[in-house]
Amino acid sequence: MNHKIIVFVKQVPDTKNVTGQAMKPDGTINRAALPAIFNPEDLNALELALELKDRYQATVTVAAMGLPAAAAILRDSLCRGADEAVLLTDRALGGSDTLATSFALSRLAKTIGGYDLILCGRQAIDGDTAQVGPQIAEKLNLPQISYVQEVQDYTEKSIRAKRAIEGGYEILEAPLPVLMTVVDANEPRPQNAHRILKFRKAKTPSEVVAACGGDAAAAAPEIEKLRSRGLLIRELGAKDAVPEDEFGRLGLAGSPTKVKQIMSVVLTAGEFKKIEPTADGVSALVHELIEDHTLG
Amino acid sequence: MSNFLNDNPDLLFTLNNLKLQEVVQLKEKNYSESAKFDTAPENYEDAVDGYRRVLDVIGEIAGERIAPRSRQVDEDGPHFENGKVTYHPLTVQNLEDLSKAGVMGVILPREYGGLNFPSTIYTMMTEMVSRADASLQNLFGLQDIAETISSFGSEEQRKKYLPRFCTGEADGAMDLTEPDSGSDLQSVRLKATQDENGQWYLDGMKRFITNGCAKIHLVLARSEAGTTDGRGLSMFICERTPDLVVRRIEHKLGIHGVATAELQYNHVPAELCGQRRYGLTRYVMSLMNGARVAISAQALGIAEAAFREARKYASEREQFKQSIDRFPAIYDMLARMKAGLAASRALLYETTTAVDLRNCYDEIMTRGTKEEITQEVREKARYYKEVAAVLTPMSKALSTETANKICYDCIQIHGGTGYMHDFDAERYYRDVRITNIYEGTTQLQVVAAIGGVKKRVLDKEIQSLFAAIPETGSIGELRKILSGMYAKHLEAVHFLVEKKDVTDQPLHELRARNLVENETFVFVGLLMLRSALQDPVREPLAEQYVRDASFDFERNWNIVMNGGTSVIEKHRQVIDY
Repeated sequence: MNHKIIVFVKQVPDTKNVTGQAMKPDGTINRAALPAIFNPEDLNALELALELKDRYQATVTVAAMGLPAAAAILRDSLCRGADEAVLLTDRALGGSDTLATSFALSRLAKTIGGYDLILCGRQAIDGDTAQVGPQIAEKLNLPQISYVQEVQDYTEKSIRAKRAIEGGYEILEAPLPVLMTVVDANEPRPQNAHRILKFRKAKTPSEVVAACGGDAAAAAPEIEKLRSRGLLIRELGAKDAVPEDEFGRLGLAGSPTKVKQIMSVVLTAGEFKKIEPTADGVSALVHELIEDHTLG
Repeated sequence: MSNFLNDNPDLLFTLNNLKLQEVVQLKEKNYSESAKFDTAPENYEDAVDGYRRVLDVIGEIAGERIAPRSRQVDEDGPHFENGKVTYHPLTVQNLEDLSKAGVMGVILPREYGGLNFPSTIYTMMTEMVSRADASLQNLFGLQDIAETISSFGSEEQRKKYLPRFCTGEADGAMDLTEPDSGSDLQSVRLKATQDENGQWYLDGMKRFITNGCAKIHLVLARSEAGTTDGRGLSMFICERTPDLVVRRIEHKLGIHGVATAELQYNHVPAELCGQRRYGLTRYVMSLMNGARVAISAQALGIAEAAFREARKYASEREQFKQSIDRFPAIYDMLARMKAGLAASRALLYETTTAVDLRNCYDEIMTRGTKEEITQEVREKARYYKEVAAVLTPMSKALSTETANKICYDCIQIHGGTGYMHDFDAERYYRDVRITNIYEGTTQLQVVAAIGGVKKRVLDKEIQSLFAAIPETGSIGELRKILSGMYAKHLEAVHFLVEKKDVTDQPLHELRARNLVENETFVFVGLLMLRSALQDPVREPLAEQYVRDASFDFERNWNIVMNGGTSVIEKHRQVIDY
């Protein structure tokens, strides 16, 4: 049986190496001030996919949604061992929050098709929400296992994984297809020299066009050459992955999250309050949070 | 994020100023390889781009993975029990990382799974790996063994062994030293005998064998019964078998991460590699030359690490209300360390460039067609062979002696703290100490280089370096110092060459080191000036080196010209008092 794994990866600003002003006045990230890197836990997800490829028969497709520059992490993935790479890039996708992102990625997964496993990093370091993976699973109506540390078995019909839980771990089994989010529990393999020498030349069509000064006709022969050598990174626009009547669910329009205000919070020890793990206890807490506008 | 390529301006400068056009064109067969292999470059810029990207990954592996593991590896070392060597789990992880990165056959041809990179690039990897963990270099650097099989083995042997090295499945050892044969390899005794079917067997002992537990061994053995000199020795390949017994592993001062073994051969089946009787004179000499370049790089890597520790400590440690790097006695040490580091690196990569050219022309001479072996190719093959034969021992002597001094001063700058096991300074000091001993002591490097110094092999290179440096300005001032040194050096060489009496032999041996050192001062001084021209920021570094060198030069020169010979006549009385 030949498994097909999709790994969703994201290019993120390197929040550990902040140079200059990291936030714009409107509360969004100033990407120009931060070097763009491969989201760390997405590398763990890719490593898990490649380990599964080594242990079982599988093809690994790496897919990203982002700016055209996100092709860099797809090249990186190819150099580490991924079989193919897909970039979903479109102005219509700009300003997506987790809801719009997971919607677009769920449609991208359908477009790629044929998968029995989708892997995501647990969360991205620019937002730390850990919502996108689980939301994709919901939208695709797939079972999900989050916080995965390792896979113990991967058969034709099911997968058994060990996931981190507070104070320990648990082992879950799920039928395929399934979505899993992966934590920092493996050491991503380095890029391989032989693959670097080949895939450093992989490009998306729009990168080739940009290199030709925007002249699509001039870029065509180079694009053909890359395609014939297996070095063309597949590039999709919103229209290629999402039906037109669902466009309202993309980008800024499809994103209910709005940044109201940002501030630098210095955490100090304060009072704490114990909430009873009962329906009443939770309900009281939610009311309190709504009253002080933390929620709603 | 720590990347041992990108955090090192001197190494980046070297990489940005490579002169490998001729080498790469030859290695890539005029870039025709790109039609056959999708990993082959299409032109020179493409090739260098590939080198840079791969080096970048190795720089990251060295900085992020190998270096943080090195202290534990040094602390615990490998484990030896019941004749079996088990490497430290972190050493195993290091090797796995490097195997996954695809760099276990860097210089081997593509058809066997190698990268077909020049030695220069491989040496840069060696340097970075050594900076992270000196002992790991002794395993990573065993690719030289595969290279020897590639150069001298049969096609069948190349097909059989090389792919195993490239994937990292097999590791190697070169088994040369015996209890009674260290520097004097001509006296090797391990016996190679043939049965009636022509099968060779090895019997005897080897000692101090780096990674003696390897799967594949290259062995120097006496195939010609009744002979006693180097011409009775041949080279063999054998695989690890139960009859190849690891008797013990050594407890060493440094490079703890790698096992150094004593081996006993109990009739171990072996294959002849290359021709009989050429074992020492051709193959081992070639193998050792490759290994000497690697050890130069190992020393340089350790020195780089030591310098950085010293510099960091000196800027953080406060005494008398200021950081100690403000004191002249300390910054003087640091400046000399840095200049020594840059000088070693300049000579090393000048050497690897000559080695690469020699290897390329050698390859055409041994495997080329009649049409390819033109008069020009013949001359170049001869020329680069001579140049590489002088530069390789000069580089090893300079790198390893300088590195020892740098590690010594690193402890000195740390003061009492440096003497303690809690800091890395003492580990560098222990690790570096072997570099000017193994693969030929400094004393033997002098023996290897002096012939070329007396024959003036480097004059053409020296003159073309002088020609490219302006006579005016501040660099012109430094050039003047060097040209004065050069004239005096030629005078001293002539002075000794003219002493032809048989009784002058001890004098020749005694003064060889002074002459080789002075040749190095002049040549490296010129390299430093050239690099200052390429990047003006480097001028103070060049000035530091040239001025320091000029004083040491004078001392050597005086010893040669006016030193007298009292030690030859009176050493017994002195030593035995």
